[in-house]
Amino acid sequence: MSKFRKKKKGMPAVNTAALPDIVFMLLFFFMVTTTMRETSLKIDAPRLPSATEIKKLEHKSLVSTIYVGKAKETEKYGTGYNRIQLNDKIATPEDVPAFILNARLSVSEGEIPFMTTSIKADKQSSVGTITDIRLKLRDVNALKVSYSTNSGTDN
Amino acid sequence: MARRENPEINAGSMADIAFLLLIFFLVTTTMNVDSGISKKLSEKPPPDYVPPIIKEKNIFEVNINFRNELQVEGERMEVKDIKEAAIKFIDNGGGVGKPGEDGTPGKPCDYCKGEGSESSSDHPNKAIISVQSDRGTDYGTYIAVQNELLKAYAVLRDRLCTERYGMTYKELDKRYKDDRNNEELKKKVDDIKASYPQIISDAEPTSAN
Repeated sequence: MSKFRKKKKGMPAVNTAALPDIVFMLLFFFMVTTTMRETSLKIDAPRLPSATEIKKLEHKSLVSTIYVGKAKETEKYGTGYNRIQLNDKIATPEDVPAFILNARLSVSEGEIPFMTTSIKADKQSSVGTITDIRLKLRDVNALKVSYSTNSGTDN
Repeated sequence: MARRENPEINAGSMADIAFLLLIFFLVTTTMNVDSGISKKLSEKPPPDYVPPIIKEKNIFEVNINFRNELQVEGERMEVKDIKEAAIKFIDNGGGVGKPGEDGTPGKPCDYCKGEGSESSSDHPNKAIISVQSDRGTDYGTYIAVQNELLKAYAVLRDRLCTERYGMTYKELDKRYKDDRNNEELKKKVDDIKASYPQIISDAEPTSAN
C-alpha cells in the first residue's frame, strides 16, 4: 500500500494527453474543408450583389470563374469597376473565348455541356461589361452562366 | 534498488505543433459555397435567323436606364413593385397557350388566377419577360431586377405546387435533388416547370453615350 501512497504526494498534473487528439481532430476537419484559392486577385474582391433566388454551384471542377471589378493597380488600369480578370491576368472580353476553351481542355468531353461559368462581378460594374462577356460566352457555346451573389435576406 | 520508472516521451509539444498547423488551416480556409443566379444563355442564332413575331401583349418589358431607374411597361416603377406586376402579367391567362409539340392545339390556362385581361399575356408559357438595360446600368440593380422576376416565378410555382401536390415547389425540388432517380418526383417537378416556365430574355443593352 505504501507504494501507492507515495505517488499521491504533490499536485497531480492535469492530464493533457488527450489535448493533441482534440487538436488533431480539428486540424483534420479544416484540412479536409480547405480549398486553396487558386488565383490571386488582381482586382479588389468584388462586392457581390445579394439575391434570394439563388442556386448553389455544384461540381467545383466544372466551374470557371470570371472576376469583374476594380483593378488593384489603379495607376495602370484606372479606377473603373469594369476590369475583367481571367486566371491571374487582367484581360479584355476578347480573351474570354480562349479562357473557356482552355478550361475545357481539363475536363472530359462528356462533361463539357455541364460546365458553368461563374461571373463574380462588383455591384458597381456596369451591365455593358457583363453583356460583352455574355456575348463572348455565347460565341463559344458556354451557355451555362451563374451570376455569383451573396445570399440576401428575404424581404 | 530504487529504479526509476521508464521516462515517458514528452508529448507536451505535440499539441503545439498541431496547433500551429491548425491555425494555418484555419486562416487559409474559405468555406463559402459559391452560389448565384443561374442562367442559361440562348444559343447563337444563325445569320439568316428571323425572330418570330410576338404579340406585344405577351411581352413584359422592363427597362433600366443608366441612372438605375426602372420603367415597366411604359411606367416608372420601384424595384420592390416589379414582383407584383410580373405576377399579374404571367398569371393573367387571357387566351390560349402555345400549341404542343405534337401538334395539339393550345389550351387556355386553367390554373391561372389572374384577371384574364385581353391586353395582357395569353398563357404563362407564352409570357415573355424582356429586360433591357443600359450599358451603364449598375450590375447590382440588374441583379436586383432579375431576382425580383425570379421571385415572381417562385411565388406562382409555389402556389400551383401546393395546390397540386400539397407542398411548396422549393420543398418538392429539394426532395427531388435528394432523390434524383425518383421518376414520380421528376414528373412533378417537370410539370410545375412546364406550367410556369421561366422566360426571361435579355435584350441588347442600349447605350447612353
